[in-house]
Amino acid sequence: MIKAWFKSGSPWIWLTAGAVSINLLLVVGLLFLIAARGLGHFWPADIVEYHYQDKSGQASVIIGEEVDQSLLHEAQAIAAGHEVLNNAEYLLRLLVKTGNRDILGTDFRWIQDQYIQSRSTPDDLVVIERREWGNFYGRLLTVKQDGAVIAEGEQAWQTAQEKLATDLELFDEIEQLQDKQLGAINYNLEHLRLKQRALELKNQWNDSKRQEFAAQKLAYEQDYKVIQEKLAQLNKQIKCCSIVVAEAGGKQITIPLNRVVKMIRPNEMGLLDKSIEYIVNFGQFISEDPREANTEGGIFPAIFGTVMMVMLMAVIVTPLGVIAAVYLREYAKQGFVTRIIRIAVNNLAGVPSIVYGVFGLGFFVYILGGSIDRLFYPEAAPAPVFGTPGLMWASLTLALLTLPVVIVATEEGLSRIPKSIREGSLALGATKAETLWRTVLPMASPAIMTGLILAVARAAGEVAPLMLVGVVKLAPTLPLDGNFPYLHLDRKFMHLGFHIYDVGFQSPNVEAARPLVYATSLLLVMVIVGLNMFAIAIRNNLREKYRALEN
Amino acid sequence: MSDTQSSPDKSTLLQLSSSDAYQRWRLLKDKLVAQAVVIGGLSIIAAILVIFFYLLYVVYPLLIASHAESVSSYAAPEPAMGSTVLLSMEEQNEIGVRFTDTGKAIFFSVADGRVIKVDNLPVPDGLQISSFSHGGVDQGVIGLGLSDGRALVVRHDYKVSYPDNKRLITPSIQYPLGTDPLVLDANHQAITQLTLKLGDKNNSFLAKTADNRLLLITLSKKQSLFDDDVSWDRTDALLDMTSGDVDFMLIDKEFRNAYLANHSGDLTVLDINDKAQPVIKHKLNVMNRGARISSMEFLNGDLSLLIGDSSGELGQWTIVRDKQNHHSVQKLRSFKVSDAPLITINPEQRRKGLLVADANGVIGIYNTTAEREAIKEKIGSSKPLAATLSPRANALLLQTEDGQIHHWKVDNEHPEISWKSLWGKVWYESYAEPAYIWQSSAASNDFEPKMSLTPLLFGTLKASFYAMLVAIPLALCGAVYTGYFMAPSVRQYIKPGIEIMGALPTVILGFLAGLWLAPFVEIHLTGIFTLLMLVPLGVMIFAYFWQSLPKVWRNHVPEGWHAIVLVPVVMFFTWLSFVIGPYIDTLCFGGDLRIWMREEFGLGYDQRNTLVVGLAMGFAVIPMVFSIAEDAIFSVPKHLTTGSLALGATPWQTLAKVVILTASPGIFSAVMIGLGRAVGETMIVLMATGNTPVMDISIFQGLRTLSANIAVEMPESEVDSTHYRVLFLAALVLFMFTFIVNSLAELVRQNLRQKYSSL
Repeated sequence: MIKAWFKSGSPWIWLTAGAVSINLLLVVGLLFLIAARGLGHFWPADIVEYHYQDKSGQASVIIGEEVDQSLLHEAQAIAAGHEVLNNAEYLLRLLVKTGNRDILGTDFRWIQDQYIQSRSTPDDLVVIERREWGNFYGRLLTVKQDGAVIAEGEQAWQTAQEKLATDLELFDEIEQLQDKQLGAINYNLEHLRLKQRALELKNQWNDSKRQEFAAQKLAYEQDYKVIQEKLAQLNKQIKCCSIVVAEAGGKQITIPLNRVVKMIRPNEMGLLDKSIEYIVNFGQFISEDPREANTEGGIFPAIFGTVMMVMLMAVIVTPLGVIAAVYLREYAKQGFVTRIIRIAVNNLAGVPSIVYGVFGLGFFVYILGGSIDRLFYPEAAPAPVFGTPGLMWASLTLALLTLPVVIVATEEGLSRIPKSIREGSLALGATKAETLWRTVLPMASPAIMTGLILAVARAAGEVAPLMLVGVVKLAPTLPLDGNFPYLHLDRKFMHLGFHIYDVGFQSPNVEAARPLVYATSLLLVMVIVGLNMFAIAIRNNLREKYRALEN
Repeated sequence: MSDTQSSPDKSTLLQLSSSDAYQRWRLLKDKLVAQAVVIGGLSIIAAILVIFFYLLYVVYPLLIASHAESVSSYAAPEPAMGSTVLLSMEEQNEIGVRFTDTGKAIFFSVADGRVIKVDNLPVPDGLQISSFSHGGVDQGVIGLGLSDGRALVVRHDYKVSYPDNKRLITPSIQYPLGTDPLVLDANHQAITQLTLKLGDKNNSFLAKTADNRLLLITLSKKQSLFDDDVSWDRTDALLDMTSGDVDFMLIDKEFRNAYLANHSGDLTVLDINDKAQPVIKHKLNVMNRGARISSMEFLNGDLSLLIGDSSGELGQWTIVRDKQNHHSVQKLRSFKVSDAPLITINPEQRRKGLLVADANGVIGIYNTTAEREAIKEKIGSSKPLAATLSPRANALLLQTEDGQIHHWKVDNEHPEISWKSLWGKVWYESYAEPAYIWQSSAASNDFEPKMSLTPLLFGTLKASFYAMLVAIPLALCGAVYTGYFMAPSVRQYIKPGIEIMGALPTVILGFLAGLWLAPFVEIHLTGIFTLLMLVPLGVMIFAYFWQSLPKVWRNHVPEGWHAIVLVPVVMFFTWLSFVIGPYIDTLCFGGDLRIWMREEFGLGYDQRNTLVVGLAMGFAVIPMVFSIAEDAIFSVPKHLTTGSLALGATPWQTLAKVVILTASPGIFSAVMIGLGRAVGETMIVLMATGNTPVMDISIFQGLRTLSANIAVEMPESEVDSTHYRVLFLAALVLFMFTFIVNSLAELVRQNLRQKYSSL
């Protein structure tokens, strides 16, 4: 019976079906894993107060949010040096985010469920998001202004929130002055220096120029002074208030309010409040700058950098890819040359991305960039302008990398346009170029769009070559700002994919940054999967349309 | 005519055909577009060629042979001031110096021998210089042994300044231990042999006196805590050398060992860690066939000795510690320079290279790591007297006995690279045996770069192998089912669904592999292996029960929906594997598989290991292999399969005998392209392995691949250095590999397409 069953081949068919199921489960599981971990990052979880008594009998209070659990089988637990009480089969361990890195040294702590005496979620526990040292968990005691207590007990919370709101406004103002205005002045001063150097190199530096430049410099320096005075005043204002808080062990510490980003009491929030908080958190995540070596705060510069790079790349890759595809489909005689080109296209698609990075670094950055510097920016020497990794070279490298994607997609679109349409156009007296421009390309535009979207999706996720040609972990300035010429192609930039690599593997506090990495991954995956689905949808739509045309 | 010119855009067809100028313009436009498109199309070939040739262009200097050429030769400056005992030159190859046996330092222009400055060394009146030695070529320190048992230490130094934006180098003589000679021998015997080493904390002298005593004198710096006063603690030791004759002496810069040798080849290594009581550590004869030692020097770094002999052979000897922690002096390699005695050896100051000259004036420049003879030339017509390589090893000076100084330019940019040093086993200094090692850089100048690409290639192939091991069965089986059995209504969702997997950024896969999968696998190791066995088995068992179900039930599920039905089954068995994993652990492996493996087989376990990489990278490769293989299977002409089925073959027989055979070139190219992808993948291996370049076959060990190595080291690599070029070579290797694999796959696919179209 079994023998006959095997002979029928049916078990093998089931096995191949099993492979498909596994593949499916892998995809879904992976997306689910990223989603589950990434989405949780923004949820204001309840803060739990644990009364804890460990092996040594020492009683302590732990305040924090539970972030993970792990089940350790009894044997493994004993092998790892734990004791297992009550003959339990498993040892349940909880990972608690206790925050207070300045006091405890770490943000996280593994505790064992068996040692927990009691747990509760009192309403008065606060989470304070700070500009450094990570979160604080504990209780708010008093609010102080200029050293004097102005509120305590129940009023403290209200007062602290009010004071915090004014402080945050001041903080924004200071930021604005410091980054935008002082930044602009510094930029202009540097510009002036380069101009002077350029004139010197051309031997056109004379007294009239000297006076003109000195006057400009003086004007900038006066502006600078005014802003600095304003800044000093604001800085004094912002430092007026502080709060006194108590951590789990009862130790009191004072936190200046200007070092606080946000204070919430998640335990007293309802579902609606938490949902609003969730959305606010997500908004801040995508719109704010990172803090604390990228492990806290938002990822706005990374999103911005990725988008800029991808847009520049799209501008470069589209014409090139379309022309190549048009050549292959419309102009070339199918034969030896097209075969070679197809092999070349396939090779471009198959060459490891890191090789593109190496090529981009050597050829674009050092050779092209070095030449540009020598020709156009002699005044900046020895500091490189384009002779160092930057946005332009990254876009160019990725354009080369994604070229085959655009070619293949466009070619497929061109091949689906019925011959009758071209012949009709030619029969009416149009030249080949006119046929191409007026009928073929417009019809193929959705296919070009598909190719472009796929290229963008590919470029957005690529990291290895970018590490060599322009991405940095923290860029001081965005590639686009208010200083002439506005778009700075020579600047280094941040990138979502590299952000994941950097925060996940290079940061000093990987454990604390992990939720942020999951959230970033989720964002990237959503963008890329979304782009791909969009491209597939366009393609399918196109196929249907042409099928209708053919009939 | 005139009215067509006035309104060319709105012309009717008839008018157009009669308008000459506009027609010409249209035709010209057509031609221009055609040309632009052709250029655009061909530029794709150009792009791939530019990448290839650029990589080659950067790598090329590694491959070209070194050469040296004569620049000038002139009579030694101030010949009346005695004969040369030491030649040297400074960094920029502008100024050379000649020390003579009468105690003069003559600085001269390297280009033409013009005298720049003559310094008289403060040798007290009435005394002769009885011995002469340098304290390491890179420090410019020279010791003069005097005939009354004292010694003078001098250093030649060069100051660079830029008056009027022009470089000016000013030579000078400095006295690191003062201008008064230091008393080495209290008995005031002439010093016949001297060697010295100056360090930050210690200065050591090894002196042989006229009455054959060997003295080791060490001055240790004592810095007062409160002021900058420096005082010296002196330690004297009389070496007990029964053999008596010592002709060559060296002290290493760590002040750990002293090396003594005589002409007949007896080498003695002294442990001088205790400066008061040196101990003989090794004693051996390093010569054979009656050859005699004719010169001895340290290689840069003072770890190995270069011994030249009378038969023209140059040997590199070093102290090696083997696995049993047993030290011995071993000959790492030797070079046959010529048949004449090698009379002078001059190590390079920044690399593991050296200049050697024999008695007939044949010079050779060698690199020990690469075991490579870079240059061999004959200079001059008489016996060389002294020779020196410039600090950057790009020029050499050699004085012959007829009083001529020969100035040669040396072009030897990348001597440390040879076929053997890149791919073969190399016996590095202080290593127990020849090995494949990648360790490209370290902080110090005298580090021996270990640039064997073999461990990286091994890591690349190992990672790809396991990735393919995961990917091929899943992808190909999946492709077979999707392309041949699956119902079209399911297929239109499943196929793009799996293909989307391929669009996932590898940085995310790498991140998950490194931070989620690696700890997961570590805890659930047994579960993973159980999974590999249990899931296929479970599917089979389910299939068996399925076919024995009543037909009415089975008919609820349409043909080609197996994969969907199996989803819960696979999930159940996966869950089951992880549940029973710990029990298997307790039952068979005493609680923990990892500990059991270590105790039973000595297998170590890295958290980020090849298993994790294989799983993660397999996942990345699946969609690509799946997609191409599925295309090949799906486009097998339907009349072939229907014909087979009509002749009575079962669906499985049709698949195995007709479909897979016909589609096999496509499947082959799918596997090839997948392999190309796995080999070049960077982010996953970068994040999911420990990036340790070890050559270990174990699946539980980490690795480092060519691509990850480039990503890690390229940003720190100095442009145009040997390291930079070797990284480009790694990129070129990757490029070539994927080029061959992809071209092959594409050719196979093109042929297949033609075959199908003819069918």
